[in-house]
Amino acid sequence: MSTKLKEVDVVIVGLGWTGGILAKELAEAGMKVVALERGAARSSENDYSLPNIRDELRYVVRHDLMQNTARDTLTVRNNPTQEALPMRRLGSFLPGEVVGGSGVHWSGHTWRWTDMEFKVRSNYEERYGKKFIPDDMTIQDWGISYAELEPYYDKFERTAAVSGKAGNIAGKIQEGGNPFEAARAKEYPLPPLTPILASEMFSNAARNAGYHPFPRPSANASQAYTNPDGSQFGACQYCGYCQRFGCEANAKGSPHMTVIPLAMRSPNFELRANSWVTKVLKDSDGKKVTGVTYTNVLNGEEFEQPANIVLLCAYAINNVHLMLLSGIGQPYDPASGAGVVGKNYCYQTGASATLFFEGKYFNPFMNAGGSNATIDDFNINWGFDRGPHNFVGAYNVGGGFNTALPIGYRPVPSGTPQWGKAWKQATAKWYQTAMVINASGSVMANRNNYYDLDPTYRNAFGQPLMRMTFDYQTNEHRMGTHAANVINDIAKSMNPTKLNQAVARTNPWTVVPYQSTHNTGGTIMGTKPSDSVLNKYLQSWDCHNLFVVGANVFPHNSSYNPTGPVGALAYWTADAIKNKYVKNPGPLVQA
Amino acid sequence: MTKPESPRQDSVGKESAHTESASPEFDRRNFLKGAVVGGAAAASGAAAIAPESAQAQQPAAAPEPAGYAFFNLDEAAFIEALVDHMVPADDLTPKGTDVGINIYIDRALAGAWGKGDRLYMQGPWKKGVPSQGYQLPLTPAQLYRAGIEATNAHCRKTYGKSFDRLDETQREEVLVGLSSAKINFDSGLPVRVFWGALYQTVIEGMFSDPIYGGNRNKVGWQLIGFPGVIAVHRDHVAQYRGKPFPNKPVGIADMS
Repeated sequence: MSTKLKEVDVVIVGLGWTGGILAKELAEAGMKVVALERGAARSSENDYSLPNIRDELRYVVRHDLMQNTARDTLTVRNNPTQEALPMRRLGSFLPGEVVGGSGVHWSGHTWRWTDMEFKVRSNYEERYGKKFIPDDMTIQDWGISYAELEPYYDKFERTAAVSGKAGNIAGKIQEGGNPFEAARAKEYPLPPLTPILASEMFSNAARNAGYHPFPRPSANASQAYTNPDGSQFGACQYCGYCQRFGCEANAKGSPHMTVIPLAMRSPNFELRANSWVTKVLKDSDGKKVTGVTYTNVLNGEEFEQPANIVLLCAYAINNVHLMLLSGIGQPYDPASGAGVVGKNYCYQTGASATLFFEGKYFNPFMNAGGSNATIDDFNINWGFDRGPHNFVGAYNVGGGFNTALPIGYRPVPSGTPQWGKAWKQATAKWYQTAMVINASGSVMANRNNYYDLDPTYRNAFGQPLMRMTFDYQTNEHRMGTHAANVINDIAKSMNPTKLNQAVARTNPWTVVPYQSTHNTGGTIMGTKPSDSVLNKYLQSWDCHNLFVVGANVFPHNSSYNPTGPVGALAYWTADAIKNKYVKNPGPLVQA
Repeated sequence: MTKPESPRQDSVGKESAHTESASPEFDRRNFLKGAVVGGAAAASGAAAIAPESAQAQQPAAAPEPAGYAFFNLDEAAFIEALVDHMVPADDLTPKGTDVGINIYIDRALAGAWGKGDRLYMQGPWKKGVPSQGYQLPLTPAQLYRAGIEATNAHCRKTYGKSFDRLDETQREEVLVGLSSAKINFDSGLPVRVFWGALYQTVIEGMFSDPIYGGNRNKVGWQLIGFPGVIAVHRDHVAQYRGKPFPNKPVGIADMS
């Protein structure tokens, strides 16, 4: 029997970037806010400090800041005819489980997704005709525009201390930036990070090939910085322990040292860590939600927290899982195409080459999350004609390092023995003298890539596990082939001593090894309830006092890291709640 | 790559000195097995007296006996032979047991990870397809135990003796057979899964922080020139661009 608590204005499920932003904005607006976070509270001072944070085994291999799969995981399969089996330990992606969420262990790459994504179906149909898009590719326009989001991108970039070089300010192309980016109102809050040798060499080669390299925008403060809220950042130390780690220097923009402490300063806000939300509750006619149930994982006690507004701000996968467990909205059925919850799960793809330069020291242990150079010539460049290559989507190519620690990163030329003296010699010779060029590619939505509840396996709370059905399609294989060719041409032009060439992936998606924590879709935003779960304000079409925030709202996945639009949409939703919803509670878009 | 610079002095520095020349014929495993003939009461005494007796027989040459928290005698002999074969002594590093890789693996298997921490262990158990990842009903410790037993069974069938008694060529043959999955285990244990765990833990024992028992003297880091937990490269990015960084790795314990 659960204990029913006193009603609050807002309950937030999950306290990472999105929950933190909404907690701060709504508490400061005078609303009584409670945040329920399944993970423990940790701080930079006590937990992400030297020397203990610099532990590859603990944080990279043993997943210290990540979801515990003994308690809750997913089942996985490549297509609806297979039997899904549990992901028994983490591999391909790494959801965070701590106050601050994945915003603690991300690398900081912060991109602005543009109308190329938000109007994806319209764009391709207009240019290439309806037939260019395969029948089973369920891409659709998002119902939002870049112009609407631009101020919110800016707000997030300033909050998170993004270092970068603008390529297009108010329509004027800027030297040294990304010439393909959509126009921004202002320059980045901080100048780019100091380029490392590998990114410089990549940039030179890319420029010689006629491409347009630029420094990757990243929430790694290139110098000491105070954000508009007054949160203080130290300068990035290029320590090489970015991805998977909390930042000891407070140089990586993270919610636990920005928006969350600001929310906690407000008497209107309360954080309850170690609180596992099991269900969102609906009222009798199903038109509104009334709160959530949760378990205190320290003692197993169950609570009901009533609230006027419920915000799902957990990791993208967990938000969708809660919607399915709570029976809100119609679950998606791939056979009929009916239903929406679980629809359009997407991931990312890629290709990479390793270049070996005898005697050249890259010092791969000196880098920041964003010390890469990137080209977008095959990405948000609509001038790149996909027609002859017959694929929808895009990829970006980068050169440099991000977290190249020795348990996981020990490049050797193909054919090197796996052990013995020759292995040691090659490992010693090439660790410092190799560099990587890699591509990150989009994945378009497909009819058979989706989530639902698993019929067999259960989590520690006795609830069905989420079932993920996913594989890459011919479209992604074609794009991967194009990317591998571009990478190999750039790599060969650099005349490395040895080269492990990029190869397009054509095998099924596998749950190991690590690939990307950019899982998107499942509760997608859109223009109408028949093909989406949320309207453009991330408000549920079914229950108007429920908002679902995170990459789970993306109708498809681009080649970019998702946190830019995730953060911008959180601010956008906060404004919609503060300025529109509270004044007149009800649907913000009429169905 | 030249020979790594001398490591910072620390408490385990002495070990490499007296193990380099060691080639003990003395078989600690058989000695210990012999000692337990008297039964359970004698067994508890055996562990206590073994190191002293070993030293009495081979006072200068014997390696400092490793104390194991997980491995039994056969498993200890297997893992010592394995890590010394995979990481042989040469001018780059001491041999695997002197790097502490066997100790790292033993502690990992005895600890939370070995007991299945963070591993979803609910059935039903199905084989699945490779893209679905690990699907065995075994903790890492159980997998290791079953894998060593199966490998030794293969060795006895093929060569008439356990892995640790094989010569270099035979050991190499077995590792090639495991890594390429040419060997099939009669027990039904999937060889690829065992090899994957084995290889990963050897790498971890070579390159993880020395606080976990491996990478002794930071020789794994010295091998590749990885500076360890040094945190402040802000000025180094420009200062050492294209140049080798001083090879003096620092571990967590050095800064604690």
